[in-house]
Amino acid sequence: MRYTEEHEWLRVEGDVVVVGITEHAAEQLGDVVFVELPEVEAVVGKGDEVCVIESVKAASDILAPVDGEIVEINEVLVDNPGLVNEDPLGDAWFFKMKLDDLSVLDDMMTEDEYKDFLG
Amino acid sequence: MIDTLRRTPLYDLHVALGAKMVPFAGYEMPVQYPMGVMAEHLHTRAHAGLFDVSHMGQVILRGPDAALALERLVPVDVAGLAEGRQRYAMFTNAEGGILDDLMVTNRGDHLFLVVNAACKAADIAHLRAQLPQLDITELTDRALLALQGPGAEAALAALVPDVADMRFMDVATVDWQGHALWVSRSGYTGEDGFEISVPDTQAEAVARALLDQPNVAPIGLGARDSLRLEAGLCLYGHDIDETTNPVSAGLSWAIQKARRVGGAREGGFPGAAFILQELAEGPLACRVGLRPEGRAPMREGTVLWDAPEGGRNLGGVTSGGFSPSLGAPIAMGYVPTISAEPGTRLWGEVRGKRLPVTICDLPFRPSTYKR
Repeated sequence: MRYTEEHEWLRVEGDVVVVGITEHAAEQLGDVVFVELPEVEAVVGKGDEVCVIESVKAASDILAPVDGEIVEINEVLVDNPGLVNEDPLGDAWFFKMKLDDLSVLDDMMTEDEYKDFLG
Repeated sequence: MIDTLRRTPLYDLHVALGAKMVPFAGYEMPVQYPMGVMAEHLHTRAHAGLFDVSHMGQVILRGPDAALALERLVPVDVAGLAEGRQRYAMFTNAEGGILDDLMVTNRGDHLFLVVNAACKAADIAHLRAQLPQLDITELTDRALLALQGPGAEAALAALVPDVADMRFMDVATVDWQGHALWVSRSGYTGEDGFEISVPDTQAEAVARALLDQPNVAPIGLGARDSLRLEAGLCLYGHDIDETTNPVSAGLSWAIQKARRVGGAREGGFPGAAFILQELAEGPLACRVGLRPEGRAPMREGTVLWDAPEGGRNLGGVTSGGFSPSLGAPIAMGYVPTISAEPGTRLWGEVRGKRLPVTICDLPFRPSTYKR
């Protein structure tokens, strides 16, 4: 698992990367009540706003952590946004991306580095 | 300039209870506790919730004919307010806009006002400038708690049994362990409940005694906002402000007969000519309830259109979010009165997309006041 400063996690599954948000992010957001997912086959650049996530309190975005193509989205979240709070690291993944070059993950934080980042 | 956040007498209790503290109106306030906004909201609706609202201003007005004097600043019948009763009011400006909304209590030899935290300095300056003959005192040595929900009566009556006999908008002074609690049967959630003004030295003891009662949970500002939105209640600075008048805001019920045309003390408040005209002719725009059709919340600032594309910009959302009780997004906003019929379909622009939304009656959930 790799982590970004935007509190996303990335997990490699074969030749795709699964993306979700960390427990810390889910806790900070509070009760998630709405999730808007990207289109499958969308080609996105690092930093693009690809998902909208709204809690009772506020709206925020999930940014594409890397360049790539969206190959699958977790539509369960649309009907059950609260899953983001229940299982952020597992069932509540947001989307899967195909990357040209998986080695970009090597520059991202490891779990220990992310824990240090959270302080 | 260094911005120092103030703390209420319950700050230490909030921290001990694990609250997430945020800056709000110049205070460090609990936005939520570990239970979370959604569960806190539902807990208040099902049982009882305890809120710290000590950031709000508590003001005493004393002097000859204080009630008549205050009527010069509010379109409300204060002189007719019986002792031991409370009433909703608003300070208006010369254009008929709203400077703040407040609660006014007749406590016999004086009036007791509760005003919004963000407005309290301006309110007190306004009172002193306009009513120099009155003695105006901000109470800085009292905290304010709110206990709301169907279990509120039982919980508070366990401490002070007499409160069970109070009805909505009654106010009483009750003794708790030698300390005077000023209790009103009122609140900001649409639930039955109480607001309790307590000496600051006793605030934590009273709060802990209430939290010790079965099914009383501490509730943060996050749920306070979603609860008042479901109840269709205005939040100053959002749903009402200096540019909205009481009539278009749907607050005409707060303007009693005595202050209207033909009443015993007609007009005589700032903006009276305009407000009385709005009452007679009906407002051009009015505050409405809004039910978005999808799951996407329509937040404050969402623009409302009368067509899915093209068309006219009718107005906007002034408060919006998610209703835990309904499990769906809800909002309030202003639209022209001719487009305000419940059932009318509009489109709210969310992140560049126009999503359907239907005008509905307020409140979203019937209130359960003990009248």
